[in-house]
Amino acid sequence: MNQNDKKPTAAVGGGRKFKNDVIFIGVLLLVTVTLGAAFFLLREEGNAVTVTVDGKEYGVYALSEDRVVEIRTGDAGEHLNRLVIRDGRAFVETATCPDGICAAHKPIYRDGESIICLPHKVVVTVIKTYEGGPDVIA
Amino acid sequence: MMRKQAHKVAFLGLCTAVAMVFAWVESLLPPLIAAVPGIKLGLPNIAIIFILYRFGVKEAAAVSLTRIIAVSLLFGNPMTMAYSLAGGFLSLTVMAVLRKWNILSIVGVSVAGGVLHNVGQILMAMLLLDTAELGYYMIVLAVTGTVSGVFIGLCGGFAVKRIHTKKM
Repeated sequence: MNQNDKKPTAAVGGGRKFKNDVIFIGVLLLVTVTLGAAFFLLREEGNAVTVTVDGKEYGVYALSEDRVVEIRTGDAGEHLNRLVIRDGRAFVETATCPDGICAAHKPIYRDGESIICLPHKVVVTVIKTYEGGPDVIA
Repeated sequence: MMRKQAHKVAFLGLCTAVAMVFAWVESLLPPLIAAVPGIKLGLPNIAIIFILYRFGVKEAAAVSLTRIIAVSLLFGNPMTMAYSLAGGFLSLTVMAVLRKWNILSIVGVSVAGGVLHNVGQILMAMLLLDTAELGYYMIVLAVTGTVSGVFIGLCGGFAVKRIHTKKM
């Protein structure tokens, strides 16, 4: 501070202010990153899943009712992904695909989450629709 | 006395013009990330922060307001004016308070101003568009606002140091 007293405003500041700046910017970025992470983790829950096969829509199923959907794909319907909706969450119970990644995926329920089965080109994505649900937005 | 006053008014007018040119130059730059509108350097804030440090809050507010209205009339629309006013008001308020507290250098004050400018604009957008889903913009804009705030603060610091206004 002292060395800046002669200047009209001491605007650029001394060591103390520089340190404060660094702390301020650090805290600001930390808060931002924390908020960002929270925002990402606390995404709103969806209320339905949409299933697409090779980019084409296969079906939309509400998460509110338990059900089992057998997604049959392939030329003769020889590929199977058994999609289970239970307790508001969707997961693939069994699948005939070679890697089984989709069956190992944790249950999904947040808006935007998805389970993807690459070998069968099946994509299950949680969506949020307002039609017909109890939470109709006027 | 009158002479001094005239000097000051003329100088502030000049600063307003500079801020307007900065805003125009900035509008020519391509957007950095197309998906997130609103990422800007905030060049006009160099002029605003310079006036805030050299003259005071009143003068800075007058120049900022004139600049926003003029630029919106020239290049924008009522919507951009609403966004700019919200951002400019919040930003200048916080910068004035922080300057008064005297704990941060001009760079820290500028960072706060940059981030709060974005906060103000997003709040206005939420209000006008009636959607809360713009929150995620804030995360991106807080980071870019910090980066551009450092740059603007350094520029503003140089301006305060080098441009002399002793006669006013």
